[in-house]
Amino acid sequence: MQAGGEGALLRVEGLTRTFGQGRHLVRAVDGVSFEMRAGEIACVVGESGSGKSTLAMLLLRLIPPTAGRIFFDGRDVTRLRRRAELRAYWRDVQAVFQDPFSSFNQFMTVRRVLGRTLGLEGRRLGPQERAERMAWALERVGLVPRTVLGKYAHELSGGERQRVMIARALVVRPRLLIADEPTTMVDASSRAMILNLLLDLRAEYGMAILFITHDVSLATYVSDTLLVMYRGQIVERGDVERVTAQPEHPYTRRLFADAFTFAARR
Amino acid sequence: MSELLVARRISARYGVEPDEPPVRAVDDVSLVLREGESLGIAGESGCGKSTLASVLSLNIHPPLAVTAGELEVAGRRIALDRPGWRRQAQALRGKVVALLPQGAMNVLNPTRRVGDFVYDVLQSHIPGISRKEALRRAAERFEQLSLLPRALEAYPHQLSGGMRQRVVAVVSTLLDPAILIADEPTSALDVTSQRALLKLMSGLLEQRIIRGIIFITHELALLRAVTHRVAIMYAGQVAEVGPTEAVLFQPAHPYTKALMDATIVLETGTRRQRIETIGGQPPSLVSPPPGCRFHPRCPVAMPVCSREAPPVVSVGEGRSAACWWVAERLGQTAAAAERRDGHAGGR
Repeated sequence: MQAGGEGALLRVEGLTRTFGQGRHLVRAVDGVSFEMRAGEIACVVGESGSGKSTLAMLLLRLIPPTAGRIFFDGRDVTRLRRRAELRAYWRDVQAVFQDPFSSFNQFMTVRRVLGRTLGLEGRRLGPQERAERMAWALERVGLVPRTVLGKYAHELSGGERQRVMIARALVVRPRLLIADEPTTMVDASSRAMILNLLLDLRAEYGMAILFITHDVSLATYVSDTLLVMYRGQIVERGDVERVTAQPEHPYTRRLFADAFTFAARR
Repeated sequence: MSELLVARRISARYGVEPDEPPVRAVDDVSLVLREGESLGIAGESGCGKSTLASVLSLNIHPPLAVTAGELEVAGRRIALDRPGWRRQAQALRGKVVALLPQGAMNVLNPTRRVGDFVYDVLQSHIPGISRKEALRRAAERFEQLSLLPRALEAYPHQLSGGMRQRVVAVVSTLLDPAILIADEPTSALDVTSQRALLKLMSGLLEQRIIRGIIFITHELALLRAVTHRVAIMYAGQVAEVGPTEAVLFQPAHPYTKALMDATIVLETGTRRQRIETIGGQPPSLVSPPPGCRFHPRCPVAMPVCSREAPPVVSVGEGRSAACWWVAERLGQTAAAAERRDGHAGGR
């Protein structure tokens, strides 16, 4: 599913978002530019408050940018306004968020959560096709459709909830998945499972993934490209091997130094 | 080395409804925290580690109930299954043993300054303390631990999440407790703030502000940075206990090994190697599997594992593991059967 040579899947130019005004103006995202190919896993790393999540919200078109442009598949999507246009965009660009406890509506069953996302499809799906799509997505994340479809959030563990949220994003077969700290709230043991799942999805369907995390250990495990974000700006970017071996920006070096390792004590 | 806190054969459960079977969150756990030591307790969600934190810090409130066991806190013995323990616990809670609960940074009232919070805390334990004295004590402790006393004048929203967490950690030591029990103090913090908090906790021990720390987390890499010994918990029981480096790098119990294998850390040379995950889920604590609770997920399970509870076997200096497979490999099966008293945490 490689998108040939005709350009980037996602292209961001000078993307900026400010909050507040005057003395209290905060440039949460400040002139960010980058590109992603189809099937690429890029990772935005940075500390809390560096603007990572605001960037995710902008790319998902959940909040409008102050300046800059977003191109998806060559099309300018910065000014999408109409509900129908946005819904078409979300068919291609889906997200998984940090907290599966708050992003999973506790009054809905798994079937209903998945069904609502299926509603993004432009056409009406028959009951047979809906059931198949849901079953495929759930199986893909390692859950048994028969047992989980009727369950509510409180009947699932944190790791299972997060996998349901990934299945929810998968039902529309997005071309880009934005994963904003998807493993911070789950156990260390479920974390590897979720990251392996993301790697497999890319390998099998060529889905591009923008992975957002504060933890460089996770970033180096899953990504091809690193985008290091600090105070709203991308201060360093490059191939993950290069950045890991020779971080250039002092902030990148600090991030790597802070990571916990099993290597000899420093 | 003398023992600061001893837990002997503790069992605790949550009884939600009288007609429903209870959740046995902690089942026959024995542990020792020594003077000047930092002890880690690790395991997956639902292994009972937070419940154990509540029991050890004497924060035992319904629906949680302790059904068996005894605690010895800084030389004072409390039989948790006998009437009258509540009064004894009350005298120790906060002053001798303090709890830094999960999500501690959220305890700060957003409409009040940090200093007001400090005053409230101290006043509730030391009636009649003046506001000035409370703030003086806090400022002194802040400086001792390289935090800016100016934070006392701040409202919570003016501090970062990491700073709020450090502030609450320091406030929890203002009554000079002997033991601090920190339950997942670093979750929801970024790596840089995690480092700062760990440094603060090490500082508490080094400066002898605290005489012992119990650190509860599921992040093994983090335990390595701050603890001397670790206990690995599974399904309400201790699977393995021993010196941190030894347990993490030469795990005896198959569960410890599986946990280590599933941990992602920054490591040169391991990139692009697929991390193995532990298959399956931790069991229900309402009706845990018979025999060894890990047997359904264990790669080396033997027939006996599904029938009988595993023996606790010594696997080196101050180390023990509860496992049939380990016992068999060490030829300790017969000897072990006599020592079913649980791991007391070594000599």
